[in-house]
Amino acid sequence: MSETLIPNLQKEKIIEYLSEGKRLDGRRVEDYRDIEVEMGISKNAESSVRVKIGKTEVLAGVKLGIAVPYPDSPDEGTLMTSAELHPLSSQEFEIGKPGIDSIEIARVIDRGIRESGLIDVKKLCIKEGEKVWQVFLDIFTINDDGNLLDVAGLAGLIAIGNAKIPIYNEKEGKIDYETPAKDHLPINEDVASFNMTFHKIGNSIVADVSKEEEAISDYRLSIAMGDNKGEPRITAMQKGKSGAISAEDMENILKLAEDKWKELFPKIKKYAFGK
Amino acid sequence: MAKEKSLYLKRNDGRKFDEVRPITAKVGIVPSADGSASFETGGTKAIAVVRGPRTLHPQHKQDPRTGILRVSYGMMPFSVTDRIRPGPNRRSEEISKVSEWALNSVVDLSEFPNTVVDVFIQIPQADAGTRVAGINAAAIALAHAGIPMKEMVSAIGVGKIDKTLVVDLDKYEDSDFHDGEGSTDIPVVITSRTKKIALLQLDGKISVPELKEAIELAKKTCEEILKVQMKALKEANRSEGKKK
Repeated sequence: MSETLIPNLQKEKIIEYLSEGKRLDGRRVEDYRDIEVEMGISKNAESSVRVKIGKTEVLAGVKLGIAVPYPDSPDEGTLMTSAELHPLSSQEFEIGKPGIDSIEIARVIDRGIRESGLIDVKKLCIKEGEKVWQVFLDIFTINDDGNLLDVAGLAGLIAIGNAKIPIYNEKEGKIDYETPAKDHLPINEDVASFNMTFHKIGNSIVADVSKEEEAISDYRLSIAMGDNKGEPRITAMQKGKSGAISAEDMENILKLAEDKWKELFPKIKKYAFGK
Repeated sequence: MAKEKSLYLKRNDGRKFDEVRPITAKVGIVPSADGSASFETGGTKAIAVVRGPRTLHPQHKQDPRTGILRVSYGMMPFSVTDRIRPGPNRRSEEISKVSEWALNSVVDLSEFPNTVVDVFIQIPQADAGTRVAGINAAAIALAHAGIPMKEMVSAIGVGKIDKTLVVDLDKYEDSDFHDGEGSTDIPVVITSRTKKIALLQLDGKISVPELKEAIELAKKTCEEILKVQMKALKEANRSEGKKK
């Protein structure tokens, strides 16, 4: 992947604006762009969704298959998450084996789902030690205008939250994709979380960065937050890029994350679980 | 038509034999691209994105006489019931190449030496005929990107189900019909002005007169598809003009 090049003039302009609490697109530093969600992108998927935050657009789909369980967890279903940062979505992405950016996105999302226990994997066991459901979460980028990680994470959560389990024909040992599925994937809604990424640019902490802002930031901090009886609870974190976080900035980021979480999480839960 | 009665007298979804599934086309679906379009036929959805002309790397692949067209076709993992592993496979590599040949027959990149024009075709949802839907989307996206083209191309899958000629096969007709002579699948690309065949593949069993008839059917249907493509481009022109 080649780097996005931002002219110095534009960089200075972005930082100058931010020092006054403004952004080039008119948002305040803490503002997210509009979130748009459309379900049912592929009728052949167990669930599929298009998520747009501003002009950044991602598709996510869930497919279920049958697999042999891992020896250390013979009664648990498995999860596999992949993310394609496809060259159709950005000038900077190249075709070929997954680069570090798509590996990072896939792993951060996979961990967020796996470690939180969002999917009740024990309920995905068909025959202990022999057959379990395998959940595939595939993420595909359509347009990169910054903050792919949050958009991909949200798409992943909504796809998992809406997925249904197809009928398994035990006699033939085959999945019947034709009969409409009724059962939802077993989910622990209580542990669902929303991933928010904040970037340090100049002296400012900025939410939901544009592509240009993303390219010039010193570091980013992603925080996945869920709900613990009405209070935000952090379920995952990831720091990226080479800048370091001061104690003061850490305070500010956490404060901002809590505020954003209170604003956005109810809406996101509705998208993911219909309530 | 053949003397013997065909086993396929009524289409699975009730269409007439020469009737295409409902088509929609949309231009400008990926804002960061130079050109983009979606093309849907019934349950098959294709998107195409054009990036370029841009400098081709590595340098030794450059051609000082002309720009190069590069097409990459792929199906999204969740586009079919049995998940497809992400990334290229033998099928997608072949379809990429035949689509590239088809589009190359009308694209002229001689004004852009040492560059590449990338066309990315992706299928979010598949119900047979994905390569022709992809080529239809790609042709629109190339025009949207302002790439010099001698003429447009339109694509359609025609075929023979037992002894009956049909256009725009769906998944049942393409893969699940095995009675009598079975299913013959013929993707065809027709150029808009000179009415030449820019892509032709065939899989099945068919007589020479039947093939000729099938190609005529394809030509006729491509006229319809061309209208949809041109309409989408004109609408995009109008709305993009408004924004400015």
